[in-house]
Amino acid sequence: MDLSWSKAEERFRAEARSWLEAHVPGRDGRDDIGSGDTRDGFARHLEWERTLFADRWAVVSWPEAYGGRDASIWEWLLFEEEYYRAGGPQRVTQNGIFLLAPTVFAFGTQAQQDHVLPRMAAAEDLWCQGWSEPNAGSDLAAVRSRAARVDGGWRLNGQKTWTTRGAFCTHLFGLFRTDPETSHEVGRHRGLSYLMVPFEIEGVTVRGFGRLDGDEGFAEVFFEDAFLPDDCIPGGPVLGEVDQGWRVAMATTGSERGLTLRSPGRFKATAQRLVELFNDSPAARRTDVVRDRLVDAWMRAEAYDAFTLQTVTGIADGVEPGAESSLNKIWWSELDVELHRVALDLLGPDAELENGWSKGWQFSLSGPIYAGTNEIQRNIAAERVLGLPRVR
Amino acid sequence: MRFSLGDDRIEFADAVRRALTDGCTPKVVRAAWDGDLDPTIWSTLVDMGTTDPELDWLTRVAVAEEVGRAALPHPWVESAFVCGPLLGEAVFASTDAGTSPFVPGGADVDVLVLTGIDGLEVVEPGNAELRAVDAVDGSRRLVEIPNWTDGRAVTPAFDVDLAGALGTAAVLVGLGQHLLDTTVAYVSEREQFGQPVGGFQAVKHHLANAAKDLAFARPLVHRAAHRLDTLDPGDTDTARDIHTAKALASDAATLTAEIALQCHGAIGYTVEYDLHLWLKRVWALSRAWGDAASHRAEVAELLGVS
Repeated sequence: MDLSWSKAEERFRAEARSWLEAHVPGRDGRDDIGSGDTRDGFARHLEWERTLFADRWAVVSWPEAYGGRDASIWEWLLFEEEYYRAGGPQRVTQNGIFLLAPTVFAFGTQAQQDHVLPRMAAAEDLWCQGWSEPNAGSDLAAVRSRAARVDGGWRLNGQKTWTTRGAFCTHLFGLFRTDPETSHEVGRHRGLSYLMVPFEIEGVTVRGFGRLDGDEGFAEVFFEDAFLPDDCIPGGPVLGEVDQGWRVAMATTGSERGLTLRSPGRFKATAQRLVELFNDSPAARRTDVVRDRLVDAWMRAEAYDAFTLQTVTGIADGVEPGAESSLNKIWWSELDVELHRVALDLLGPDAELENGWSKGWQFSLSGPIYAGTNEIQRNIAAERVLGLPRVR
Repeated sequence: MRFSLGDDRIEFADAVRRALTDGCTPKVVRAAWDGDLDPTIWSTLVDMGTTDPELDWLTRVAVAEEVGRAALPHPWVESAFVCGPLLGEAVFASTDAGTSPFVPGGADVDVLVLTGIDGLEVVEPGNAELRAVDAVDGSRRLVEIPNWTDGRAVTPAFDVDLAGALGTAAVLVGLGQHLLDTTVAYVSEREQFGQPVGGFQAVKHHLANAAKDLAFARPLVHRAAHRLDTLDPGDTDTARDIHTAKALASDAATLTAEIALQCHGAIGYTVEYDLHLWLKRVWALSRAWGDAASHRAEVAELLGVS
């Protein structure tokens, strides 16, 4: 056990901190850039992403050749902690850099990596996730969208939905049924392929619509005889092997449930802001009950931090994170809801106004739903961590 | 940065687990209810060096989790986390330090450390007036000690309340883990409606919740022990992390105990089945050395939310 950081890691942290203090929007008189899930806000967030990229802070853990710093996973954690401590904006590129990129690193050919990764890091190509469909939510293997092999490419038909920031993105990655012998009922997990699709091809229609908080953060994507040419992406649009998409996709669900989307720094920063909110609140609202719940939530953020350090130590030792990532996802998503619930109780009448906490509250409610609902995560944990029988 | 018990401690804890599996059976736990604190398992543990006052705190919590898993009835935390380090020797001892006036195993131990007017005193059991009290967990062997003579003042070099809370947190994680493991085994076997009850989602979700809360409490216990090993006594990070560990360990074990009973159904609601030995220990220890709410109140002070 050694809970200290090396001199090099502390130097990295200090460099990140001073850069973030000098650049994060909304600090020191700089303009706030609002929500990244509206059309205007997204454009302002893209500028921020390009500022990050210019000074090589967009993808610190990636190789330098792709715009990163070759940072270790520990340094990545430190960067995240500093990012959220500084109040850094949401990362509108996150579905690309945290979900697609790990899969490209693991399964992509050299040509695919060399093309996709640097353009993603620079926020030139903007990626959204095309997994959910009207009839394939928690049951992802029920995907019905098809890609038929034709001369020189693939013919796409079907519909994706709940596509986060889809209306603002340029590319989609997702699962399509490529084996015509399989369907959402027969051979479900087999016969799927992981495709990377530029929206500029003919036959794709993207329609944005409002999420719970009113922002146009969702989209549905229609494919009507859309032709996806083999040469639309160097190395081709198929990631991994044809018909092996389920295995390829599962590599990114681990990322979504576990570490990559939700670093502890995010919750520790929210917990700290909650402490400040408590102390700034009128005495009448600073009740013993609210204080007790605040401290409980603060402790749960600490537990998430300690648990993460333990997990990352395992990763550094070469242990692949397994089904425990399901417990992780339940923990951080419920923690996020509770942190915001306490905040609203402190705000009293102001809780019904549009503000950062009410916005954050609405967003937190998506956590127990996306990346596989918490009910599905509990099933996974019960069956694969505890070994309970797989009957219903 | 490296967050791990380390191979040596893991091996040591495994050896302790094997010794306890052999030497602290449910029969041994039940014997304590009848007044017999088994001396053999205690000697085994002492011979293995588990009560050595020179052990680091991280090793102590690794051992304490195993002690909890086996529901060892002896006053482990009082001996290995408080009185041993305080007196600088391996002792079979108990104390009224902490938040409860009741002394576990008070009529059975070799040494007592009692709270006098000016601080802690070392007392020979023969010089103490012992009054047995009825406890829900009969294996706790609680006594009240209203009077004693010839106490010798002793000044701790560490915060005994925090040490007791840390050890109890570790024992609670072990108790919870045993309850989870045995409940998983039970619901995998027990059939109703033509299938194992563990196949029903309602049961699965209960057990996933217990697994989650235990999994997140354990690293807090390890981190808190490491703070005691590395930071100056009195560093507020140490206090904060121990309060946090005890609060979450108490809550995790309490939830797991409720779920374990519920998932066992009526068989768990008997004294003939062993489950209650662990349930009652959780109920006792979740409050011993401070309940979750009192530890949250301490952290509220340290965080400056008042």
